[in-house]
Amino acid sequence: MDYRGPYRVRTVEKPMPKILHPEDAIIRVTRTCICGSDLHLYHGMVPDTRVGSTFGHEFVGVVEEVGPLVQKLKVGDQVLVPFNIACGKCNFCKQGLFGNCHESNPMATAVGGIFGYSHTAGGYDGGQAEYVRVPYADVGPTVIPPDMDPDDAVLLTDVVPTGYQAAEMGGIKQGDTVVIFGAGPIGIMAARCAWFFGPSRVIIIDHVDYRLEFAKNYAYCEAYNFKDMEDPVVFLKKTTDWYGADVCIDCVGCEAEGNSLQTFSGKVTLMQAGTATALQWAINSVKKGGIVSIVGVYGPPFNLIPIGNVLNKGLTIRANQASVKRLLPRLIEHVQEGRLNPKGLITHRVPLEEVADAYRLFSSKLDNCIKTVLIPSAKA
Amino acid sequence: MKKQHHNYKDIPGWGMDADPENEPNYPMKNYTGDDHHRSDYQRSAPQPKDVEILMSNERPKMSAVFGNSVPPSGLSGMIRRYAFKHSEDRYRHWLPLIFADRVNMFEGVIDDLSRGYLPNMVAERGWKMEMKHNPKGFAVKIATVAAVGYAVYLILKKKK
Ligand SMILES: NC(=O)c1ccc[n+]([C@@H]2O[C@H](COP(=O)([O-])OP(=O)(O)OC[C@H]3O[C@@H](n4cnc5c(N)ncnc54)[C@H](O)[C@@H]3O)[C@@H](O)[C@H]2O)c1
Ligand SMILES: [Zn+2]
Ligand SMILES: [Zn+2]
Repeated sequence: MDYRGPYRVRTVEKPMPKILHPEDAIIRVTRTCICGSDLHLYHGMVPDTRVGSTFGHEFVGVVEEVGPLVQKLKVGDQVLVPFNIACGKCNFCKQGLFGNCHESNPMATAVGGIFGYSHTAGGYDGGQAEYVRVPYADVGPTVIPPDMDPDDAVLLTDVVPTGYQAAEMGGIKQGDTVVIFGAGPIGIMAARCAWFFGPSRVIIIDHVDYRLEFAKNYAYCEAYNFKDMEDPVVFLKKTTDWYGADVCIDCVGCEAEGNSLQTFSGKVTLMQAGTATALQWAINSVKKGGIVSIVGVYGPPFNLIPIGNVLNKGLTIRANQASVKRLLPRLIEHVQEGRLNPKGLITHRVPLEEVADAYRLFSSKLDNCIKTVLIPSAKA
Repeated sequence: MKKQHHNYKDIPGWGMDADPENEPNYPMKNYTGDDHHRSDYQRSAPQPKDVEILMSNERPKMSAVFGNSVPPSGLSGMIRRYAFKHSEDRYRHWLPLIFADRVNMFEGVIDDLSRGYLPNMVAERGWKMEMKHNPKGFAVKIATVAAVGYAVYLILKKKK
């Protein structure tokens, strides 16, 4: 795929990616997803998104070629590739922070390298393509277990680890009430994974009815539409005995709706980097001493959030890009044991050639879309 | 080589109450103490630089690998080069980059046209999906845009 400007993408023939570093591999992509994160690019919200870029950070495929220093991967291996590019050797990687590698993005220090995610995330071409260059091939790429469905595998590159880490960062205790903002793929997966930590209630908030309905069934949670509430914060206070939730999780990020001041300052006038409505709600509806976990993506400049309330309520904020590689062993186990059903999120399968339609469908939330898989046509 | 400004370990009570179990980032971070070794870790060989890469001024040198897609070019490239003179802390880093992205969009169209290719805006925007799955909402949107456009046209005409 080829980005042409906000809301405009198409497919074109591009040169075959090359090995540029001895630890690189070239992967022939067999499945790749469109993510809520891609929408921030598609909407022109991420600085330094250059025309001619290829998006895509969720992909699985077959190893086509390896650089001279690659030892673990072999040509022909079926692999899933974590969305973060990580060297495995820097002090951040060594401590399990694979989403914060110091050796994968020269263009910004506040963001690790990510496939197909603008020059702010390293200027890499992404996986919504037939072939893609994968740096540090011995670190990120993981051979897909033979009994695993590739549809499950492709969701292990981002959605499942991100949802799981969202819940993990919540520090959920047995009996807790957990509130999740956003019923996109990430929010739904966070709601599902929250249960692994033993809460007594999981509540999800969105304004798109079909997504709430889906979430309720998929993640066994309560689901409410904030458009039906006069004030979401009061609603959440009330439903938690006027106490506040134990844990609030932001799975929306910088394009949240629902607050006109945030929308005006963030979307209309660009005085802040998008809207922080969901985060504001999370901070204001969590209990005193509670935990707010953020996986919704925000841009590098700044956002308007009630930091005074964070102080006065004694909140803990935990946030990160998911550390996919750290979580994979446990999550593969959950999938293999049948405790998690990632592919249940997939609602659409589209040939890569129809990428423009697929982006529009997901962006405008048409045809009850939750998750779209793009299938490139390149044959071995 | 580590600089030590003063012997902080001699401060009365230093480290007495430290509790390694209380790592607020755990289990997201598996704290090893390596942070205090800063940048002395074994890094991969540097990837050869074959295109222009704009580097953040908050780091001393390139990361071992990087993406080499779409190097800066044209007017948008000039704006991006300016942006990278400023740190990630500054609005004058990020706003010019957003502005460059918009300029780049027009450069993209000009580039298409110069190669004799007329970009299909309707297809690139995926409007087919709106017409198929959201015909009513989409019609209202188009009608609104058209009405506003016509009103602006009338006002401009009157002024003349
Ligand atoms: N941290 C990470 O590693 C990571 C990884 C993947 C995605 N993400 C981010 O997670 C977010 C969600 O991703 P997704 O794929 O589910 O995207 P999505 O766009 O499908 O979902 C976002 C949902 O939030 C809803 N929403 C909008 N405003 C809201 C509000 N004020 N309160 C509650 N809900 C609101 C939308 O209706 C939508 O259903 C994005 O910001 C994405 O960039 C982060
Ligand atoms: Zn993603
Ligand atoms: Zn690293």
